[in-house]
Amino acid sequence: MTSRSASAAPHQHIGWLAAAPATVLLALLLIGPVLAVIVFSLTDWQIGASAARFIGLANYHELFADRVFWTAFVNTALYVAIVVPGTVGLGLVVALLIEARPSLRGFYRAAHFLPVMSTMAAMAIVWGSMLHPTIGAVNRLLAEFGIAGPNWLRDARFVLPALAMIGIWQGFGFAMVLFVAGLKAIPQSLYDAAAIDGADGIVDRLRLVTLPLLGPVTMFVLVLTATRAFEVFDTVRVLTQGGPNFASEVLLDRLYTESFDYLRTGYGAALTVVYLAVVVLLTLAQARILDRRVHYA
Amino acid sequence: MSVPAKTYRPDWPGLARHGTLALSVLFALAPFIWMLSLSLKPPQEIFQPDFRLWPQSFHGFENYRTALTTVPLHRFLFNGVFVCATIFTLQMLICLPCAYALAKLRFRGRDTLFSAVLIGLLVPPQALAIPHFVLLHLFGLLDSYAALILPWTISTLGIFLMRQFFRGIPDELIDAARLDGMGEFEIIWRVMLPVAVPALAAFGIFSVVAHWNDLFWPLIAIRSEELSTPALGILLFRDDEAGQFLGPLMAGATLIVAPLVLAFLFAQQRFIDGISFTARS
Repeated sequence: MTSRSASAAPHQHIGWLAAAPATVLLALLLIGPVLAVIVFSLTDWQIGASAARFIGLANYHELFADRVFWTAFVNTALYVAIVVPGTVGLGLVVALLIEARPSLRGFYRAAHFLPVMSTMAAMAIVWGSMLHPTIGAVNRLLAEFGIAGPNWLRDARFVLPALAMIGIWQGFGFAMVLFVAGLKAIPQSLYDAAAIDGADGIVDRLRLVTLPLLGPVTMFVLVLTATRAFEVFDTVRVLTQGGPNFASEVLLDRLYTESFDYLRTGYGAALTVVYLAVVVLLTLAQARILDRRVHYA
Repeated sequence: MSVPAKTYRPDWPGLARHGTLALSVLFALAPFIWMLSLSLKPPQEIFQPDFRLWPQSFHGFENYRTALTTVPLHRFLFNGVFVCATIFTLQMLICLPCAYALAKLRFRGRDTLFSAVLIGLLVPPQALAIPHFVLLHLFGLLDSYAALILPWTISTLGIFLMRQFFRGIPDELIDAARLDGMGEFEIIWRVMLPVAVPALAAFGIFSVVAHWNDLFWPLIAIRSEELSTPALGILLFRDDEAGQFLGPLMAGATLIVAPLVLAFLFAQQRFIDGISFTARS
């Protein structure tokens, strides 16, 4: 090695040696597969078949002409549209209440965080029994108020809101923890300054200090919740498999069904590419919004 | 009479706070309470029109025994521990040197490699399911522990987090180690690893929680009952004849959920930090 390149890159060998295992796996398990899935999507390959034909964009034409795909797309969007405001709103209110006073803070934080930790497949089964039309906890509770609850998971009108409620249940404790961290970062001096200006009521403090300063955290929680909601799968697979009549079909469940139940690899790959494109676009758009927001603050 | 009157004045804001939070706690905990309650009840009591928290005739013993004997629940739990521990160990062995190189070493191609890591962060794991399935199929590794573990050995999130962490460590520490005659790999494992324990713990908790709870990939990769992970195992139990009865099913769910929940209760702050720290990247 010449001395010039050695000074520009003094760790040429050792650097690549240290990064080698990760680099190989990155190429083999991440970059390669992304390229592979794009190639698969242009073929009619089915796993196990010895030959595949290149069929151009035929899979994509079929996908975009498929009503079930669009149903899944709209359902996923609706699910996100319910879960995001529910999770963020509830998380914010709970965080404000918890941080308002020291009493029982630790207990409240832990109790709300428990759903975040729990295995969704198992808890979905529990929710399934709670949403049972006759013996479930939810309809028993509604009956106390004289309301006859529906068959939540078998009724096309209620199945998506019911799944969204489970989504909110699982996520709002996480939103709460992030909001609490944001609240702790607000310096006491700002509240003191606001008090000198005459803003010492709860509402004034909230309106003038807390909420504006939580702006960046709120953006972040929104982004995170939306991304997670977009990836909804466990509850759908365990409880409804997309039913009744595709009323709760979502993108990832569609992807799973086509690729691994029907083993339509090429078609599933096209679905994957569309899914990937949506996720990447959303993430990039969100990163841009986040950047702008953070500079404001 | 001698006690000042203000002691008796109710603390309305405080009570309103507790009242509201009690409702949201109830929402958060209701499924756990329901699950535990049903796991202790005989079938006829579950179908009774009036609901009691505690069973009239205790049936917990029978329910948990049924759950443990119809499907190998202990096996699912062992698989969960084994798979999660192996994944995290490999992630650490692979990510740490790479993160160190990206943060502290200067070599040509470093920026390209880091860009690749950042691109990797954008890719949701579900999008890789088909190629991973095909790859494992080619090597005849489907339906094995390897199928559960190998796809997760590379974690771009792990590399990214550890790189950010290492960048915050002063170069003087590394220079001093080099002056002591340490090689770069010795520095990674004997100097950087101990310093990085808090960050590693945070990432480890995130990784273990994610893989213990994952359903999507085990559903694809595993066909054999004895290789099932906890999340997959509880579904096998539900689809079994004995799982049609809610009592044993809830007992099974309790056993699947319990390890992480107990670990969380013992180290709450670590878990909360771990999961929110990792999300912040």
